[in-house]
Amino acid sequence: MSSLLTTEICVVGAGPAGLKAAILARDMGAGVTIVDSGVSLGGQLVKQTHKFFGSRGQFAGMRGIDIANLLSDELLKDPSVDVLCDSQVVGFYDDGTLAIEKDDSIRFLKPERVICATGASERMLPFENNDLPGVYGAGAAQTLMNMYGVRPGNRVLMIGAGNIGLIVSYQLMQAGVEVAAVLEAMPQVGGYHVHARKIQRAGIPILTSHTIKAAHGTEAVEGATVWALDPEFHPIPNSERYVEVDTICLAVGLSPLTELLWQAGCKMGYVPELGGYTPLRNENYETTRPGVFIAGDLAGIEEASSAMIEGTIAGLSAAKSLGYQTDDFEERLSRAKAELRTFRQGPTGRKVRQGITKLIALTEGVRAFD
Amino acid sequence: MDDGRIKHHPILEFKEGRVVRFTFDGKELEGYEGEPIACALHAAGVRVLRESPELKRPRGFFCAIGNCSSCLMTVDGRPNVRVCVERLREGMNVITQKGKGVLLADN
Repeated sequence: MSSLLTTEICVVGAGPAGLKAAILARDMGAGVTIVDSGVSLGGQLVKQTHKFFGSRGQFAGMRGIDIANLLSDELLKDPSVDVLCDSQVVGFYDDGTLAIEKDDSIRFLKPERVICATGASERMLPFENNDLPGVYGAGAAQTLMNMYGVRPGNRVLMIGAGNIGLIVSYQLMQAGVEVAAVLEAMPQVGGYHVHARKIQRAGIPILTSHTIKAAHGTEAVEGATVWALDPEFHPIPNSERYVEVDTICLAVGLSPLTELLWQAGCKMGYVPELGGYTPLRNENYETTRPGVFIAGDLAGIEEASSAMIEGTIAGLSAAKSLGYQTDDFEERLSRAKAELRTFRQGPTGRKVRQGITKLIALTEGVRAFD
Repeated sequence: MDDGRIKHHPILEFKEGRVVRFTFDGKELEGYEGEPIACALHAAGVRVLRESPELKRPRGFFCAIGNCSSCLMTVDGRPNVRVCVERLREGMNVITQKGKGVLLADN
């Protein structure tokens, strides 16, 4: 076994949540190592070309890609922070040691605290021929066009009118790709109406109460059959229509990437409103395994803006638990929690609020047995 | 090599690396050094990356971030390479993977 590396806090994942957690923990005085499987820091922020609404403190009006650069530079210019890119944490041992794979070899790191911010993966949708080349996650289409300048196809059918489906449809147009239609199984658009109006103005139809029945093609997608759904989500007979497209993008939700924390023995709760299994946690985002914190989509599918605030809370709390203290600690922590509450207010935050209420109930249920 | 490439974008400018040559199933293609192999293939119009082991169905790119295993190909003799995250280098030999792949003893 190669020598065992050590650090005070290891942040796993350098998206919006992980970057913020690392910065805040560093600000408190803690030694930080941040590990990410991507070639550079930023996670999914690096392909977000749209301007964020966010809240006051969370870079409202800036594009995701610029936020990624701003936060990454904070860490990269600080020689006290260890940054490991192209490195994947593949093991979480009982004694807290992490196994990290880089360039086909494994190194071992034993941190005193872990902040896990691994994010989420895109959901699949069951339909005939959904494995054909040309059926892509909407995020994958975004990676191709916004990071590497490659068009995902010539004519796209988008499945899902949540924020990701709407935003990626607009970005496809910007990349010179035709969007045939956006389908949404619900009777109304799930994302912000400002995004929906933008693509409708450009002439892209949003078909609510519609879904895909099948993809067609031999080697790759050549078309799709779509159909209408009744109020109980049953397909309406004889409502099928054929759409000629070479690409089908799925924007049907995300699931938290929990694998590492299952290994760590963190207790999980199944909360559909938060995207499925998510680690149980307290108000400081510490899981049921002491010393292991979470933030971002792993802690429940939400948005980059809320991920950054959760990262702030986890970063502050992890550093505090190691004995680091600053004069403004309490104020910063309570301000972050207040910002999160504000962010989740209103009708768009209802689902997340319901999910968190369930998660808290599940966490208290587990504590009662401890 | 520009067919699938975005030439004008209202917001983004793409920093292109050095043009390198590689082979795909024996055919010579070009791409930019350091971009994922899957991007260079996609830009060249290649959508089928492997054949599923049981039903022999065509499989392509899906998640783009190394999570889903849809894009496994044989690269320089090594099977099961996730080409959505493997960087393109000059002279690479990329082959459509059929089946589960065989790991050679000298790998």
